[in-house]
Amino acid sequence: MKLLKYALLAIPFLYFSCSDDDDAPEPINEEEVITTMTVTLVNHQNGSDVVTMQTQDLDGDGPNAPVITVSGPLTAGTSYAGSIQFLNEMEDPAEDITEEVQEEDDEHQVFFSAAGVGMEFVYMDFDGDGNPLGTQFVLAPLGAGSGSLTITLVHEPAKPNDGLDTAGGSIDIQTTFSVTVQ
Amino acid sequence: MNCKCNKCGASFRSKLALALYSFFSICCINLFAQNCNNKLSIQVVDLHDGSPLSNANIEINELEIQGTTDFDGNVTFENLCLDTYLLTISHEDCGSVTQSIDLKKDVFRKIRLEHHLTELEEIMVISNNRNNSRTLFENKISNEVLEDYNNRTLGEVLKTVTGVSSLNSGNYLSKPVINGLHSSRVILINNGVRLEDQEWGIEHAPSIDINSIDKISIIKGASSLKYAGDAVGGVIIAETSKEKLLDSIYGNVTTNLQSNGRGGGISTDYTKTHSSGWYYKFQGTLKRMGDFETPNYVMTNTGFSEHNLSLKAGLNRIDHGFDVYYSLFSNYLGILRSSHAHTAIDIINAIENEVPHIIEDFSYDINIPRQKINHHLIKFRGFKNFDFGKFSMKYDFQSNDRKEYDIRRGNRTKPALDLNLQTHSLAFDLESKFDNNSNLKAGISARYQKNFPDPSTGVKRIIPDYKKYDFSLYSVYDTNFSENWFIEAGIRYDFSHIDAYKYYRTSLWEARNYDELFPEFVVEDLGLNTLTNPKFDFHNISSNLGARYSISESENIFINYSMSSRKPNPSELFSEGLHHSSARIEIGDLSFNSEVGHNFSITYDSSNEKSSLTVNAFANIVDDFIYMIPIDLMPTIAGVFPYWEYKQEDAKLFGFDLKYDSQYFTNFFVGHQFSIIKGYERANDKPLINIPPVNLKNQISYNFPELNNLNISLESEYVFKQNEYPNNNFEVFIPTEQTYQLLDTSTPPDVYHLLNFVSSIGFKAENGGNYKINLRVENLFNNLYKNYLNRLRYFTHEMGRNILLSVSYNY
Repeated sequence: MKLLKYALLAIPFLYFSCSDDDDAPEPINEEEVITTMTVTLVNHQNGSDVVTMQTQDLDGDGPNAPVITVSGPLTAGTSYAGSIQFLNEMEDPAEDITEEVQEEDDEHQVFFSAAGVGMEFVYMDFDGDGNPLGTQFVLAPLGAGSGSLTITLVHEPAKPNDGLDTAGGSIDIQTTFSVTVQ
Repeated sequence: MNCKCNKCGASFRSKLALALYSFFSICCINLFAQNCNNKLSIQVVDLHDGSPLSNANIEINELEIQGTTDFDGNVTFENLCLDTYLLTISHEDCGSVTQSIDLKKDVFRKIRLEHHLTELEEIMVISNNRNNSRTLFENKISNEVLEDYNNRTLGEVLKTVTGVSSLNSGNYLSKPVINGLHSSRVILINNGVRLEDQEWGIEHAPSIDINSIDKISIIKGASSLKYAGDAVGGVIIAETSKEKLLDSIYGNVTTNLQSNGRGGGISTDYTKTHSSGWYYKFQGTLKRMGDFETPNYVMTNTGFSEHNLSLKAGLNRIDHGFDVYYSLFSNYLGILRSSHAHTAIDIINAIENEVPHIIEDFSYDINIPRQKINHHLIKFRGFKNFDFGKFSMKYDFQSNDRKEYDIRRGNRTKPALDLNLQTHSLAFDLESKFDNNSNLKAGISARYQKNFPDPSTGVKRIIPDYKKYDFSLYSVYDTNFSENWFIEAGIRYDFSHIDAYKYYRTSLWEARNYDELFPEFVVEDLGLNTLTNPKFDFHNISSNLGARYSISESENIFINYSMSSRKPNPSELFSEGLHHSSARIEIGDLSFNSEVGHNFSITYDSSNEKSSLTVNAFANIVDDFIYMIPIDLMPTIAGVFPYWEYKQEDAKLFGFDLKYDSQYFTNFFVGHQFSIIKGYERANDKPLINIPPVNLKNQISYNFPELNNLNISLESEYVFKQNEYPNNNFEVFIPTEQTYQLLDTSTPPDVYHLLNFVSSIGFKAENGGNYKINLRVENLFNNLYKNYLNRLRYFTHEMGRNILLSVSYNY
């Protein structure tokens, strides 16, 4: 009977499909996630005046909010050498994403802005076209007060640009630190 | 001994008498005073649906007399002697068959003809009469429309049907929306195979090449239960035409070019048939487009390429046959470069900017972000007619490979999403005729599906590894209850078992209380993540009851009630994280049960030579409707994201469609289509999202039969502003400016009006084939507009003017 023949034809396929193993899938190495940004500010005049600001979001897009810490106040009328480190702490050991950002300096830019308190920012590192990158910078608090400092890492902004509002691209990190200037 | 004259059935006492009779070679009709007052009544019907065939020719070979069937397929021969006759039955749309008939008294004989050529006719002319469902008004798209849209996508072709819209992600990705419902709620059947291509995703277009299809129908009645029980929106059936049962070669070559996208395509099909029933068929399509353009700017990285092929071979006899079908759908498509947003602020900036952030010169390059899809389908089918009906068996295998490439750091060129979905299914169906007036269809099927998200992407899996086992049973009964009433009823049972493995963020697992609700799913707590093994069983019942009341030959009323049950799809169950292209966090729910839709519809249909009118009203009451709503804002290291959750609430949708075509004078045609849909949550009357706005289409056309059937028409499409939408807007704090700004992703775009010019002309080729040239100009006035049902509307406008030229040659 023909139908029986067709049915027999199909059996190898069914067998093939049912012979999979039942192993649990391997965990994914989440590669591009940035969980941690650490900003280190070292006073040009006083090497022992180091202020560290950090945002850390270990569960990424999970429900836990990032933990934001600022080690202490900044000193007015001085300037700080700033450096930024990006880490992916989901990987073990943690992966330093800063290197990737620096390698692709033409595709990244860090933007700085202060509110409630006067600050000046100067870029200290640049891409091959001479446009700013911002993992190295100088921060100069102008006067005493308290306010906020926002640091934004943008992937693929238009370069050169007139600032964050018109740079386009997509935001990888944006964190606002509460700062006090004494 | 009793011997028989095999001509007239006269009996002879002995061999000798028979020998003597033979010796004298005199027919018994002359020898004996025979009874020659017998009547042979014949009704010729279509083998497939039992519909009478008029104008069939019947010849009694021995007597060389002929008759022709009347409108009801009947013909009667009188004054026949008792004898065995050989009848040749032929019909212009069928091959001829020969049957012998042993006439012993007055005989009524029903002869079933394989009415296969009409199938081919269907693709040549718009009118056709074989419906999948006879109690629900069925919307069909003829091959003529398909030919006109040969360089488009399935979603766009379906939009020509009243009440159907499309949900787009850019110009190419387009999903059909039936009566306001889409994605998992609309089931696509390609050549009898339920398409399994990650259809839950709004930005996943159906993997079907429209050039491989000769006919599309949209059904919602009992007949859809053969294919699925979870089609809350409807079932779309895409079919190839049946092969002729005669020695023939036929086919088609179509080329097309279009100005917007500066590309085109070529498609060909070739069919060889043999009168013995053997046939084979080949079809292939190549398409290539560059960046599409709005009236003002280029939509960078929106080009695509597509290559598809299908092969079919088999044997089609009247009472048995089999076929093997293979199709490959493969595309490679760019996603608008500027649609890559990451955070709420990116989207606010995009909306404020009005035009995309990145606009480059026109290019054919398909850069990141892009999608690459390969869909293979293999089907074996066999059928045989038995006394009790037509029995068929089908096995099919599909492999859907989806790779999505996103903008990534660190020169990563590997995909960010890599899913492989494999589906095997085996089905047995029976179509049985109870009596002249009623039919029973029943079937049983099993399906196995495996989803594999490749971990080498280095990105958290959106859809987990899972295995799904389905089993279903259905039965559909129809009957001509009386002269005017036709009733159809069906029921279907679906069982599904899902066995998934998924890594959850431990923080989410606990925040959603899953650690208390589903402790049995936990395999291992790995700290940051928890490996789980969710297992679910779903038992679903779907049913349908429909009736058609024929007021007259040309006027019908269709009334239908259907209940569909849809189990939650993988996205609704398992989503748990940032959906980049929407810049929001989307969270599914493991505790969902099936959603159940109760659809009531009533359709009035009237047609005559000069006009046709279809009015359709429906109400769809959906219990436990699964959809997403914004809950809150969630802070992450990248900033604040809207946090959306899938919810299960009762919903209601209702709507009204109207289609009226009429002919004035001899060659002047006017057509109108109007459709309105409303959808709300039942508890608080909050409007549902993405409900198609009211739209009105009008068309005037003039035909010049004397000028090679030149046809000129003007189409107008007026789409109103959707004024009922859920307000899902958020105030987002912009830290750099210390202000709040509105993230307005809800407000629909303004009304728009498009005019299209369409013209076609046909020529006969010398060798018997024919050419058809088709010219379309879409968006004639190059209007700049946005479409509510385009997910990328925050980033870009729609396409500007597009001139399309296609030349097809049929042989």
